[in-house]
Amino acid sequence: MIERALVVRIVFVLGIASFPFLVSRLPAQDTTAGKQVYGKWCAGCHGDNGAGDGEAAPYMLPRPRDFTGAIYQIRSTGSGELPTDADLLRAIDQGLPGTAMPGWETRLSDRERRDVAAYLKTFSSFFADTTIRPQALQFSGAPGGGGSADALRIGRQFYDSIGCRKCHGDRGRGDGPSAATLKDDAGMPIFAADLTENWRFNGGGTAEDIYHRLRTGLDGTPMPSFSDLLDQKFLTDEQLWRVAQYVRSLSPAEPPVVRDVIHAPQRQGQLPRAPDDSAWAAVEAYWFPLVGQVIRKSRWFAPAVSGVWVQAVHTRDSLALRIVWDDRSQSPDTAWLAHVGRVLGAVASDDSIPAPAQPWPDQLAVQFPLTIPQGMERPYFLMGSASAPVYQWRWSSAGAGAAEGVARGVDRFDPRPASSLGGQAVYEAGQWRLVFTRALATPDTSSQLQFRTGRAIPVAFFALDGSNGERGTRMAVSTWYFLALDEPTPARVFISPVVAMALTLAFGMLVVWRARRRV
Amino acid sequence: MRRLGIIAGVAVVGVLGGLLAVRPGDAAPQGASVTGRVRFTGTKPTNPRIDMSEEAACKNKYTTPPTAETAVVNANGTLANVFVYVKTGLPADAKYQAPATPVVIDQEGCRYHPHVLGIMVGQNLEIRNSDPVLHNIKAKATKNRPFNVSQPSAGMKTMRTFSAPEVMVALECNVHGWMNAFLGVLPHPFYAVTGTDGSFSIKGLPAGTYTIEAWHEKYGTQTATVTVTGTGAKTQDFTFAAR
Repeated sequence: MIERALVVRIVFVLGIASFPFLVSRLPAQDTTAGKQVYGKWCAGCHGDNGAGDGEAAPYMLPRPRDFTGAIYQIRSTGSGELPTDADLLRAIDQGLPGTAMPGWETRLSDRERRDVAAYLKTFSSFFADTTIRPQALQFSGAPGGGGSADALRIGRQFYDSIGCRKCHGDRGRGDGPSAATLKDDAGMPIFAADLTENWRFNGGGTAEDIYHRLRTGLDGTPMPSFSDLLDQKFLTDEQLWRVAQYVRSLSPAEPPVVRDVIHAPQRQGQLPRAPDDSAWAAVEAYWFPLVGQVIRKSRWFAPAVSGVWVQAVHTRDSLALRIVWDDRSQSPDTAWLAHVGRVLGAVASDDSIPAPAQPWPDQLAVQFPLTIPQGMERPYFLMGSASAPVYQWRWSSAGAGAAEGVARGVDRFDPRPASSLGGQAVYEAGQWRLVFTRALATPDTSSQLQFRTGRAIPVAFFALDGSNGERGTRMAVSTWYFLALDEPTPARVFISPVVAMALTLAFGMLVVWRARRRV
Repeated sequence: MRRLGIIAGVAVVGVLGGLLAVRPGDAAPQGASVTGRVRFTGTKPTNPRIDMSEEAACKNKYTTPPTAETAVVNANGTLANVFVYVKTGLPADAKYQAPATPVVIDQEGCRYHPHVLGIMVGQNLEIRNSDPVLHNIKAKATKNRPFNVSQPSAGMKTMRTFSAPEVMVALECNVHGWMNAFLGVLPHPFYAVTGTDGSFSIKGLPAGTYTIEAWHEKYGTQTATVTVTGTGAKTQDFTFAAR
């Protein structure tokens, strides 16, 4: 009893002494107010008791954070350490990109966010232990020359030697040899991050963010901390920075922006039919995000394909469409069967699908209306309807490859028996590259779209990763966009302005001349 | 001066402990002991083979294909890798000093050695990598803080400690999904792990009545109540049945 009284007094004295400090860390730790904010905005996913088991949780992969264990991915502290208050606020303010967690900076007031951060800490007894004081690691600043070829070469060297490729793959697309076996602490399937999509990194996509994640690890996931390697002189701090800078270099300088219209320039000569034809390097690529199909049963909440890059060119008589997307597995692949089982077991759906005995293939579909619409009206984007069918190009990594046909809703697809569609695909290091080719005009005008230049042709995309348990309506979908087959710029475009200027000048001079004559 | 003496004493005990490679049960040689065997009845289980083809450096260390260690039944019909420990019965105010020598777990041939081990609260766990490949070591603790650190090359060592009792902490490597080990963290030295003969020995117990638990990763737990007096030796066997 005496001991306890003493401890209480020490804690009290320390509390008084550190009071100004505590205030600066997290003013007004009002957990009553925090509870109200939490109940209104957070409990739906994270659960009333903070166990990550809210009503929406079964539909999410990765699952919402379970606060009861106080294990946080995005921290400034060492592996296994508690997060600092600033770390908690950062996750609340900015959210976790690539997951269902949004940023709350603009939705809740400063006070509300601080209150809810304080309330989160009440879910775990670890925060109540005053002997644990989370301390941010001492992070160095970025060394100069991060973008130079030499720096990136060093970064790549250590990317290999510290084993990043084991999970993230040779090209960083999350397709390493261990990728199919990864689970989080709760046993849920988890993907190694696709390092070419830094806008989806949970902890942010800058080189500094990446360096911090290398130092701290992402607790609760397979991603370990690499800080010990610095202590053990396995590599220097600068070399670890080079890894971060190399990883950053795998993504575009800016996140892709969605543009509504794919412009397909007209080419002279041959159409590039092969996915890796060098001609594609000169063709502009357009990015389109995909989302889970959650309209028709069975709905799908955990799509693996986050977007497609699309390029198009045409000649006087034919069209080539190239679709590139990252996919961690070349399905069908038996190595991913266990992962499929885990995904299907983890994600709530409308039907209980047993894990397949045989692995499923990857699939991709491009959709157009059956005829180019006159006005703004388009068929239903989700594979049309009986009264307004759509014309589709479908490709599967197993079997026949490319097929064309008419869809009348998600349940009915009538393939053309004699397809005139070309389809070539290659899989390389976590990426599919697929080229569809077809003649612009065909004899069968009733069940094939007739492509024409100078028109906005609606187009939409669907992708399925068989190794992620995707089949049928469990797929990733886009909305309608447009494809425009550009006409070669006619000579009159350049001549007309000159003629117009000459005529204007002549007319002006005529007016002046007439005016002078009158005077 | 007295403190210095204690420190020197602890250091000497530590060094001696290291030299003699004492088992945890030997930390307090006076007192009673509980020894026994863990028997296994029923059909001997077959552990699945591990496919190490992705990691040639590990695969090449085996002449016969390695298997998982989920249920290792010894030739004499006993069960290995059972963690036997005093669950309850020690005096509430008893304090036991953690040995200065670390407990070592080694990663070799893409497996953990040992597969099951015990450690005291505050004692160092030395994690070694004897493989020329990347391992990450994730401790999925719930009563302790978890951790997840990496060792990309052979010869690396990492020290970690645990601050609270926890039976068991699962260790795993995510690079090699088959690699796992189990660590029992206790506030006292009264624990043992069965080996190739299925026997265990817990020594130096003060007189009293104890609940002894035997834990196995596949077959769960069994408990027994044992009363020991003075320097007496008690035998307590456990039996796990196939399922």
